[in-house]
Amino acid sequence: MNLLNKEDIEHIAVGAAVLGTGGGGDPYIGKMMALSAIEKYGPVKVITVDDLHEHDWVLPASGMGSPSVLVEKIPSFEQLENPLRTYEQVSGVQASVIMPIEVGGVNSLIPVAVAAMTGLPILDGDAMGRAFPEAQMVTFHLDGIKPGLVAIADEQGNTVTIQPKDGFWAEKLARMTTIAMGGSSIVCDYGITGATAKKSVIPGTLTLAKEIGKLLHEQRTADVHPITQMLDMLGGFRLFKGKVNQIERKIVGGFTRGEASLTGIDEDEHSAFKLFFQNEHLLAEKDGKPAAMTPDLIAVLDEETGMPVTTEGLKYGARVVVCAFPANEKWRTEIGIETAGPRYFKYPYDYVALETLVKEGHSK
Amino acid sequence: MIRLGIDVGGTNTDGVILNSANDVLASAKTATTQDVFSGIKKTIQTVLSQTDVKAGDIAVATLGTTHCTNAIVERKALNRVGVVRICLPSGTTVPPLLGWPDDLVNKLQAVTILVHGGYEYNGEPIAALDYDELQAAADQFRGKVDSIAISGVFSPVLGDQEKAAAAFFEKELPGIPVSVSSEIGTIGLIERENATILNAALMTTIRNVATGFERALKDEGIDARIYFGQNDGTLMTSTYAQKYPIYTIACGPTNSIRGAAHLSKEPNAIVVDIGGTTTDIGVLANSFPRQTSIAVEVGGVRTNYRMPDIYAIGFGGGTQVVPADDTWKVGPESVGYQLTEKALVFGGDVLTATDVAIGAGFMEIPEAQKDRLRDVPADEIYPLFIQKVEEAIDRMKTSSEDLPVVLVGGGAALMPEKLQGASRVIRPNHASVANAIGAALGDISGTVEKIFMLDELSHAEAVEAAKAEAIAAASEAGANPDAIEIIQLEDFPLAYLPGNALLVRVKAAGPLLIS
Repeated sequence: MNLLNKEDIEHIAVGAAVLGTGGGGDPYIGKMMALSAIEKYGPVKVITVDDLHEHDWVLPASGMGSPSVLVEKIPSFEQLENPLRTYEQVSGVQASVIMPIEVGGVNSLIPVAVAAMTGLPILDGDAMGRAFPEAQMVTFHLDGIKPGLVAIADEQGNTVTIQPKDGFWAEKLARMTTIAMGGSSIVCDYGITGATAKKSVIPGTLTLAKEIGKLLHEQRTADVHPITQMLDMLGGFRLFKGKVNQIERKIVGGFTRGEASLTGIDEDEHSAFKLFFQNEHLLAEKDGKPAAMTPDLIAVLDEETGMPVTTEGLKYGARVVVCAFPANEKWRTEIGIETAGPRYFKYPYDYVALETLVKEGHSK
Repeated sequence: MIRLGIDVGGTNTDGVILNSANDVLASAKTATTQDVFSGIKKTIQTVLSQTDVKAGDIAVATLGTTHCTNAIVERKALNRVGVVRICLPSGTTVPPLLGWPDDLVNKLQAVTILVHGGYEYNGEPIAALDYDELQAAADQFRGKVDSIAISGVFSPVLGDQEKAAAAFFEKELPGIPVSVSSEIGTIGLIERENATILNAALMTTIRNVATGFERALKDEGIDARIYFGQNDGTLMTSTYAQKYPIYTIACGPTNSIRGAAHLSKEPNAIVVDIGGTTTDIGVLANSFPRQTSIAVEVGGVRTNYRMPDIYAIGFGGGTQVVPADDTWKVGPESVGYQLTEKALVFGGDVLTATDVAIGAGFMEIPEAQKDRLRDVPADEIYPLFIQKVEEAIDRMKTSSEDLPVVLVGGGAALMPEKLQGASRVIRPNHASVANAIGAALGDISGTVEKIFMLDELSHAEAVEAAKAEAIAAASEAGANPDAIEIIQLEDFPLAYLPGNALLVRVKAAGPLLIS
């Protein structure tokens, strides 16, 4: 994957929806932005973490705010470029590589559009390995790296820079700015050197998204069910097969929180299952006991096609397979669990690793 | 009240006459003709000849037609469209028509213009509508476009700018029809804009359909109110259809599922509609078609339509069967409407599914020349048909439990009395014209989708406000205001926004008002 072609982008969009674990926004609009930017400005080169030079300056670019606004108030080209240019102007450094901050959902492909526009390469890696709702939920934060300068742009030509004391303030101030900008913005933050990126970035995640998308695309010709293949690829576990029979959603502090109950089918016929989500799927319970919890990835997939189902797309009667994949090791540390574990999202559990939960579930 | 229902499919034009209790008084099926309307007239004549009902007794005539679907799929008779998006300074990264198939873009000869304007999610303007830019657009459109499609950022929240722009073009370019996105689609600018552009491209097609249908009725002495079938199983008036032809897309499968529900009295079942070329399998949930939850493509264009969830396979009465190695290849090629000329039993030289079903003893057609099937190993081929249909049924089921299967369509007789996965196989009377029955049955609906700020009003008030708007829309579309009910209600909180934004989607429907 030296140069991203149209097909790669189509595949990444699908894989990013799986890694988005139900949230992160529909990658569709990001895909359209990437395709149109490449058509207008030319191809995007992909480089790996190993290709980075120590003194490269790697700048993440992402969309912030409500995916429902992003699909209406679509960014302008100036809006895509402004955060980067302002970041360079205020900080005095030149970006040499663009990276996705979040491989799950729409933010997997927005930086590809920025890369196309600026002629810079895109890094095959991200700072989440999935999707999370808040700006400090990045590996950089876990490694003690501060967001540094945060540059936020709207479509009107406004760019706001913030120099926050830490990731939590970056989240709070950038969120308020984004709301003032109409609920959706483009952001550059957590600029890092190549040396830091080598230590802190989760490598290979764009390629991983592409491989997942390719697998689902080719499912019609495959002999093995696409979900089985995906579990192999991601070292994951199949938790439950069932039908959605109840969904409740409400807004708490600007985030959609909710839960869905599932009735088992086939081999899970005698079990009950519950999914808890806050934009992303964060906790799964089987027969009243936890089966998987954040920061491990919980993916809800269409039973037949293996295509991901978003938390918004969960509907009564949907027939799904719930799978879980272990999160990157950085998330399974004390600070990782403190930042994005079940307690942070106010679920009444201490984090237990997916593999342990699966083993306990079997030994019952 | 006597109703006439007509359904024009790719192969057959079906017609039924229903009384006020919705009993089938007569039905007919004739081949769809190239010009369509002579086929409709023939169906009307045939159906009237079978009953005491006089042409003058018919009060309501409904038409379900594939004209618009075919126009898009076959890229035929589409209008040249002027596309206006009210969005600047936002929106430039994804221009209109991006990702559309090239051949369709070429057909539309679209002239695309982005102008300043649009709204934020809370209805505040992104920018004022720029009339100088609209004037420039009108000058570019003059003589180059047949119709205009207008979309605006967050127009489902506030449609004022779209309406103002539409009024401007109607004054500036009189006679050019204008479609506005807030009246066509839901949240999601690109998908809504796509549907609006397709709608604009269908203006001439729908006008020809409407005038052709009116003339066919008049020629047969029928003076009835005219309605068109929509893809949600409800009806719209002719005037309404001529503004929103896109709503007729995919009404065929919907009509046959609704017709199957009426004939079988089964609220929950799998409906297998076997036509001449394809078999459509749909699911009946509480008497309405189960809808897809994914973005639907129409002729290669992404829209945010809610469509009936249909699985189609290339199998029907006209499907060609050819030897392949040591087995047989079934379809997807079909002789379609030429079945009565090309099939072996009708003196032709093509082995079709109909020949095989007759040869295997599962189907009877009086005029069939059975002796022509002497060399056909029908018993060997026939199980392949059953296997194909059973697999498709299994795909559409949501549980391993057996469900009733309702067989409808002209090819319903191709299938046996028992099928795997079916608790029972129902082949209702008049099954072959289920789609025309579905077309005649429909209620009139109105839909509303809106974002409410829950710090300004309560959840209950927001839902009530949306319901009232949907009821008003149904009433405006021709439903009896005293009998309108809410048939669909969904609400979604929108994340990452202040003020507790709630998206409410309501559909109301009622029987048509006869005055």
